[in-house]
Amino acid sequence: MSILIKGAGVAGLVLAYELRRRGLNVTLNDTAPSGGHGASYYAGGMLAPWCERESANETVFELGLSAADWWEQALPGLVHRKGTLVVAQNRDRVELERFAKRTNGYQWLDENGVAALEPALAGRFQRGLYFAGEAHLDPRKALRSLQEKLENCGVTMSFSQRLATPLRTFSSVVDCTGPSAIGTIKGLRGVRGEMLMLETRDIQLTRTVRVLHPRHPIYIVPRGEGRFMLGATMIESNDGSEASARSIMELLNIAFALHPAFGEARILETGAGVRPAFINNTPRIVKTRDGIAITGLYRHGFLAAPALAKEAADLLQRSRRKGAA
Amino acid sequence: MAFCLYGTTVRSRLLLGTARYPSPLDLSAAVRQSGTEIVTVSLRRETAGGRTGGGFIEMIRDLGVHVLPNTAGCHAVSEAVLTAKMARDLFRTNWIKLELIGHQDTLQPDVFQLVEAARILSDEGFEVFPYTTDDLVVGERLLQAGCKVLMPWCAPIGSAMGPQNIPALRSMRAEFPDIPLIVDAGMGRPSHATTVMELGYDAVLLNTAVSGAGDPASMARAFALAIEAGKLGYDAGLLEPRDMAVPSTPVIGKGVFA
Repeated sequence: MSILIKGAGVAGLVLAYELRRRGLNVTLNDTAPSGGHGASYYAGGMLAPWCERESANETVFELGLSAADWWEQALPGLVHRKGTLVVAQNRDRVELERFAKRTNGYQWLDENGVAALEPALAGRFQRGLYFAGEAHLDPRKALRSLQEKLENCGVTMSFSQRLATPLRTFSSVVDCTGPSAIGTIKGLRGVRGEMLMLETRDIQLTRTVRVLHPRHPIYIVPRGEGRFMLGATMIESNDGSEASARSIMELLNIAFALHPAFGEARILETGAGVRPAFINNTPRIVKTRDGIAITGLYRHGFLAAPALAKEAADLLQRSRRKGAA
Repeated sequence: MAFCLYGTTVRSRLLLGTARYPSPLDLSAAVRQSGTEIVTVSLRRETAGGRTGGGFIEMIRDLGVHVLPNTAGCHAVSEAVLTAKMARDLFRTNWIKLELIGHQDTLQPDVFQLVEAARILSDEGFEVFPYTTDDLVVGERLLQAGCKVLMPWCAPIGSAMGPQNIPALRSMRAEFPDIPLIVDAGMGRPSHATTVMELGYDAVLLNTAVSGAGDPASMARAFALAIEAGKLGYDAGLLEPRDMAVPSTPVIGKGVFA
């Protein structure tokens, strides 16, 4: 009997891959026209457990430690292990101290150190923090590749509609629908996020750069070919409508502060999505009426999905063995 | 000792902002551990203009404390009035923390628009808590506009600098002896709160000092204790400083003179 995964965002696709790798039959269904829609589509794709520790708790950190290895093993060549550079404008330099106090796994850089890592930023920042162990990937590319792999290894996939097959024909049902489950899973809420994609050939960055600012901590992730993803706001709301002018203005402002060359960049895209989150902003696997749900991934989808998928797969295999016995 | 804000009696003299905690769980722990009875909520930023605020608003309601909605992020009278009306519908309260930002960098209030908006809102039945400077004349105008509480800053929002102009805060207290005065914005550490409470202020409103702390719940409690200490000290009657030493036990009459 097959396991049904509802939702083909990062949680669903990663779980499907993990289950298939363990030799289980998997059916994947999403009401969107293809995988990787929703919050996953707008993700930064940072695999940055040390930086996230600034506001996330120990659980998220531990879930995230193995993420880069999982992605590298699943999709060789897609993970960029270049670390994270954290900087702040001169007037906000106390924010760097604050960030350093809340995290570990970094080294302090002086002006030359910043320039050595990112020559484009030479002379712009007197100090920085370098988290050498961190990585990033392109979420859209990653999910596309993962979906292709799943198609090629016999995972049944259906899109654009709800599955007609009755649920009882599956051995288990896993809800990976993220924010769509708000209202049905107790304690799940939405946190709106907005992002921006810029294109310019006037500046090169090779790693994620976080710019600390007392009001809006912003990251810029290079996507290659002159593209840069900027994110992300965090607003307590289930509203998934288009990005607001104010938020885009704030993102642009930070980009311009990082380097004035961004002033001439082209705006390729603005986007907004709703992240599913529990009250402690920590993901969990919960029991549902039809099986289990992997949810509450908040801003840690790509970071936490692999470890959660392993946990869920263990759980499903155990219950299957019990069922057989 | 309880005090009264627009007819509502509260015991805790700490008012807590709800923005930028690591998670809502940290916020609710901070509220619980500090014993605060009033939280302020930004309608524009935290709830996307009141559009489906969803879980967060429910969570705030579940805290079981008074909600003081605010107009943070508003730059014009019309915007602030509109936000206040949305807040009234959403939280079913006439309370509004009126915040009209006049300067992008220092976030200092635009006191001219503040007075105008306070008049409009008071006329429409709102109970206005104006975020203002320590200027006495502006304070007077706000009272004339219908405010019955004043909330002067002690330093720019989020700056953590603590009281920058103690003589101004002192004269504000002297000028408005019967008006509840709440220091709003600019505090960084518990001793800052003690300082203003020792000046005779009625309460303190905080956000960043707590939400940005390594352990927000403990910091909230630290502020609550510091506020209580300052209030108790003020009520007990503080000694005025003097230039010369004063021995606490008489020197004459001791068995042995030094």
